[in-house]
Amino acid sequence: MTTDRKTLLSGFMPWRTSTPETTKATAAASNELTRAEPALRPKGDDMNEHIVKSYEDELALLDRKIAQMGGLAEHILAQSFDAIERRDPKLAEQVVKADKQIDQLEREIEEQVISMIARRQPLANDLRHVMAALRVTGDLERIGDLAKNIAKRALAIAHESHPKPLMTGMRHMGDLALAQLKEVLDAYAARNADRALAVWRSDEQIDSMYNSLFRELLTYMMEDPRSIGLSTHLLFGAKNIERVGDHTTNIAETVHFLVRGVNIADDRPKSDDTSSTLFSKS
Amino acid sequence: MLNVEPSSLQRATAQAPHLQEPKVVAKDVSVYYGEKRALFDVSVNIPDRGVMAFIGPSGCGKSTFLRCINRMNDTIPICRVTGKITIENEDIYDPSLDVVQLRARVGMVFQKPNPFPKSIYENVAYGPRIHGLSSSKAELDEIVQKSLERAALWKEVKDRLNDPGTGLSGGQQQRLCIARAVAVNPEVILMDEPCSALDPIATAKIEELIDELKQNFCIIIVTHSMQQAARVSQRTAFFHLGVIVEEGNTEEIFQNPTDKRTQDYITGRFG
Repeated sequence: MTTDRKTLLSGFMPWRTSTPETTKATAAASNELTRAEPALRPKGDDMNEHIVKSYEDELALLDRKIAQMGGLAEHILAQSFDAIERRDPKLAEQVVKADKQIDQLEREIEEQVISMIARRQPLANDLRHVMAALRVTGDLERIGDLAKNIAKRALAIAHESHPKPLMTGMRHMGDLALAQLKEVLDAYAARNADRALAVWRSDEQIDSMYNSLFRELLTYMMEDPRSIGLSTHLLFGAKNIERVGDHTTNIAETVHFLVRGVNIADDRPKSDDTSSTLFSKS
Repeated sequence: MLNVEPSSLQRATAQAPHLQEPKVVAKDVSVYYGEKRALFDVSVNIPDRGVMAFIGPSGCGKSTFLRCINRMNDTIPICRVTGKITIENEDIYDPSLDVVQLRARVGMVFQKPNPFPKSIYENVAYGPRIHGLSSSKAELDEIVQKSLERAALWKEVKDRLNDPGTGLSGGQQQRLCIARAVAVNPEVILMDEPCSALDPIATAKIEELIDELKQNFCIIIVTHSMQQAARVSQRTAFFHLGVIVEEGNTEEIFQNPTDKRTQDYITGRFG
């Protein structure tokens, strides 16, 4: 039932043809979609199939749709980073448009989950399967929204000059968030709780990057008040990336629950202290 | 004033019936039909004032085990039971034990409603009368009314107590059988697929009734409906090929069973 995402996605990647101008990040994200994954199916391999074949098919369809949605979310997230970096309004508009596709997929998955609960009354691992799909689809939809938000900021600051060091910081943070998202989606497809747990633990890195970017932007604004407009947009952009990391962590929690049947027990290390940082010149 | 908080253990015990002293204890129970062994060393503790569900595929031994608890298997000549079953620490296979008395303590409701071909009143009054639980007509009337009320049937039949029990609808007949079972004030009620011949509304009424009855009785139910087991029981045991594969809190069993065979069975994957 569960396979790697490559198999799930084969024959369905319409966005790949519509984006000829890919940069490093988008290319990387797209390549992930086709890259061969080792088939990690710790629980899946010895799983018997349902007596009712159509039930099995529905669960598989659910996974395919999640993989598709995850691929799309990764893709537009990478595009939104490119749009900011290259000050590319056209690319930004593409992101805004593609987010509608994600919303559509979320509605479809939600409908399917509700219908399956009503008709099949899933239990045990099947119950966790459909509940996980519902939760993951919600997080992916939010990630799509955040990508859209970043793209909109790219539109707003398209005509301002971008200070290089700040952009590098953003890029790093974005790439890390993207890598985490990719990893957690692979963990979902492979039903690998350990990989999900590793993602969950390393969200701290994104938090601390956001932290330093926040300080950097504050300094920048204090030094040159003319940069406040740009910096604020970048700050919100960085916050959006940080939020992507949080949704990725949610997905990691869901994968853990899906595979092991229990929630992650320990507390996640947190490095975001910006909510208690004061604006002071000292 | 000293404010004594119940200890956390006391609270936990109040919430979790299985932590209380069990009502029925089975230890290494095996059943043979002639040469064929139907149950293999089944051990289980069944809590009082709660519902325990037995699930499992047909022929897995759950009904066989259920019938050991009121010694119904005694009626099958080739059937042999080994091991020990106690109710309130009393060995029910003790030779000195009166089986008729035991069956008054352990009531049973069957798959198909089977009212006696008598009036509604007589169906319920029969048990208390033969067990001498009432000394007057008025007292018997009271037992009948109370039992029918407990079975949530009183309102529907109070004006036609002398009509034949067989004239009721299937769901009403099943509730009549439950009233008949509770009339002798049993300690344990065994239900062998009590809803499998009923429509969803009658089933819901029986389930509501089980919820009520579990306040006062130890109820053991065999059911083929996973959803029913999940809805009505607090503890669930999964039988397969004559053994209990897994037994635990119902929520655990249906959300996150530990044994793969349990998972395959409840999710409809059995090969």
